[in-house]
Amino acid sequence: MDDFQIKKSAEIYDAVIVGSGAGGGMAGYVLANAGLKVLMLEAGAYFDPAKDSAQLKFPWESLRRGASSTRPFGDFDAAYGGWQLDGEPYTTKDQTEFTWFRSRMLGGRTNHWGRISLRMGPKDFKGHQIDGLTDDWPITYEEIKPYYDKVDRLIGVYGTREGLENEPDGIFLPPPKPRLTELFIMEGAAKAGVKVIPGRGSVLTEALPGNKDRGACFYCGQCGRSCKIYGDFSSSSCLVIPAVKTGNLKVITNAMVREVLSGPDGLAKGVSYIDTKSLQEYQVRGKVVILGASACETARLLLNSKSSIHPGGLANSSGIVGKYLHDSTGASLSGFLPQLLDRKRYNEDGVGSVHIYSPWWLDNRKLDFPRGYHIEYGGGMHMPSYGFADDIHALNGTVPGRDGKMKEAGGFGKSLKDDYRRFYGTRFGMAGRGMAIAREDNYCEIDPNGMVDKYGIPVLRFNYKWSDYEIKQAKHMQETFKDIMHQMGAIITSKIQGPETNYGLEAPGRIIHEVGTVRMGDNPAKSALNKYCQAHDCKNLFVVDAAPFVQQGDKNATWTILALAMRTSEYILSQRKKLNV
Amino acid sequence: MNRRDTLKALGLTTLSAGLLVEACKPGENKEAVKEHEGAEPSVDEAGRQPFEVERDKELLKDKFFTDHEMHTITVLADIIIPADEKSGSASDAKVPDFIEFIVKDIPEHQVPMRGGLRWLDLQCANRFNKSFVDCSEDQRIEMVTEIAYPQKAKPEMQQGVIFFNRMRNLTASGFFTSKIGVRDIGYMGNSPGKWTGVPEEVLAQYGLQKYRNNS
Repeated sequence: MDDFQIKKSAEIYDAVIVGSGAGGGMAGYVLANAGLKVLMLEAGAYFDPAKDSAQLKFPWESLRRGASSTRPFGDFDAAYGGWQLDGEPYTTKDQTEFTWFRSRMLGGRTNHWGRISLRMGPKDFKGHQIDGLTDDWPITYEEIKPYYDKVDRLIGVYGTREGLENEPDGIFLPPPKPRLTELFIMEGAAKAGVKVIPGRGSVLTEALPGNKDRGACFYCGQCGRSCKIYGDFSSSSCLVIPAVKTGNLKVITNAMVREVLSGPDGLAKGVSYIDTKSLQEYQVRGKVVILGASACETARLLLNSKSSIHPGGLANSSGIVGKYLHDSTGASLSGFLPQLLDRKRYNEDGVGSVHIYSPWWLDNRKLDFPRGYHIEYGGGMHMPSYGFADDIHALNGTVPGRDGKMKEAGGFGKSLKDDYRRFYGTRFGMAGRGMAIAREDNYCEIDPNGMVDKYGIPVLRFNYKWSDYEIKQAKHMQETFKDIMHQMGAIITSKIQGPETNYGLEAPGRIIHEVGTVRMGDNPAKSALNKYCQAHDCKNLFVVDAAPFVQQGDKNATWTILALAMRTSEYILSQRKKLNV
Repeated sequence: MNRRDTLKALGLTTLSAGLLVEACKPGENKEAVKEHEGAEPSVDEAGRQPFEVERDKELLKDKFFTDHEMHTITVLADIIIPADEKSGSASDAKVPDFIEFIVKDIPEHQVPMRGGLRWLDLQCANRFNKSFVDCSEDQRIEMVTEIAYPQKAKPEMQQGVIFFNRMRNLTASGFFTSKIGVRDIGYMGNSPGKWTGVPEEVLAQYGLQKYRNNS
């Protein structure tokens, strides 16, 4: 006899948090340390970098030598998941090319991310007066600065104080010194008029004062595998696991939340979820519900949480939920330096984040696109992995051999074997990451054709098109890269992208910086959340991932997610009486 | 956490990159991470999702290439990367076994590899009345020379050029990610330490001494 029932627990938590990434993790950390009884639900598996990281494995320890057969960023990469998840489809409208990355694990994407930690600047929060193209946040940089400061101290970030107006300085640990290729890049960039400064990353280049749980970095360059000694930022290692130790945070993994449950008074009561392993259904109760499921997943949750009081979905009387979705722009170019043939060998792993980068350096008033981008640089004598030496036939015919004579491209045998050695460590690349303009007509919605995932949860449909602004920005990236490479004396090896490929502008979703789907704002007719990320329509519902972003900067979202989540969590604590928490 | 504790946490008090065993706590499973020599691949389960473990086990059960194809691959791989003064050959580094695995793991390789190997045998049959592996050393080199140089290959050899590019890539991938190959190419990382910037003598080599203090 089949006995299908939903297990409803009587316990009422002070807060139920959906998602264990940067935002959910920070909310759990702050609230648990303040003594609240918190339940955190994570859709994916438990993951502790100390045990589960592939750090320090050599390539031969992977059957596929690190290839991306099951993990998009390589076999040792820490992300469980990718742009396609079995049984969890999504759809796209018309010519939309949006692909949606989900990282189903404790800590989410923070396990594998690039650790690049950039504060948004004053002009990013209040950009409308620049050119009228973007909406202002309801907060200023000055209001969020104290939280950026606290995040810097709590988690640790390296960098240098530069005094740049829209790249605010943090409280920095010393940055790692540049590698050899990076020095050549700095030389070439200077000649091309492109500013290069030390990178900013959440890696402990020195021990973090007052923290005995995390080790100082030992420079293996493998942050993307997550760190066994917690030397870099993952929500799992730095927020959730410490919060559990307070005794106030309970984490349930493999828990896919279906919807937020609300009562006849319109307030959130808790959530319903399915255990993805046993397929048992549950409902849990909380005085406050906090969503940190990632921007699109949180929008999906709200849209799927309909009731008579919230017919358009929870927190959606404005109709804004799902809209203003935007991802960073991205385009890249790569090449090699003939000067670096036959490099002396030494350990140059460094950190697994940027040693140098270029913050936006130009005045858009003199350009044909409205907003800027930063540049990330890579290269060096990395650990060999599947495909790392591919297509040497594109390189070894371009430079003279050891005897000074040009050789025929390609080949085989001892001479080819020697070529692989000669070229090792000469390749490098550069990639732009820019601000896309948030637009109402780029959005996600519940698939109107009724598609559900394997749990029966209605799926998202994406509608997204880059505008001319983003395409022209990508064109500028390519011109800049070519210029720097020319000044370096480098030989370009990747295909030079033209208008037919939008100058190599990556499809939306490929950069994995989606933000904006549950906007904050002062006007409840045009926003879903107030400036504390509290839902206008539902006072005990909060959002702590990147969904509340009004407009991204030319910075990735993580550090701002952390600051906002901390601020929202402190607001929840200050409102305890009103929220009955 | 100080450096000694850090290294102890990793089981690396002797800084050897050999056996890495994680500290055992009561009630927890011991997770041993072993260096693979490439000869006996086994499925490492730590930090892997269940579907990945299952998938690897299934892949290891299958056989894709025929014995003749494997023989051809082995001969080709050793022509591409032979033994020299510095290190062994592709087959010394078990590259053919790697190629057998990778075409199961990445099925997009299967048709181009199988078809390319057959193309190669047909070429040799037409020229020398033998399969590639049955040809003499000189005949094999003559054949490979026709397809190893993309810029100067004859147009009718284009399919062979494309096949050989793939074969060269896979051979290099398999060789330089093996223990022999990582040592050969001189990768010196994956070893806990402190990054203090570009070494002085390297700065001098490239005339970059001006970066001595901030590099």
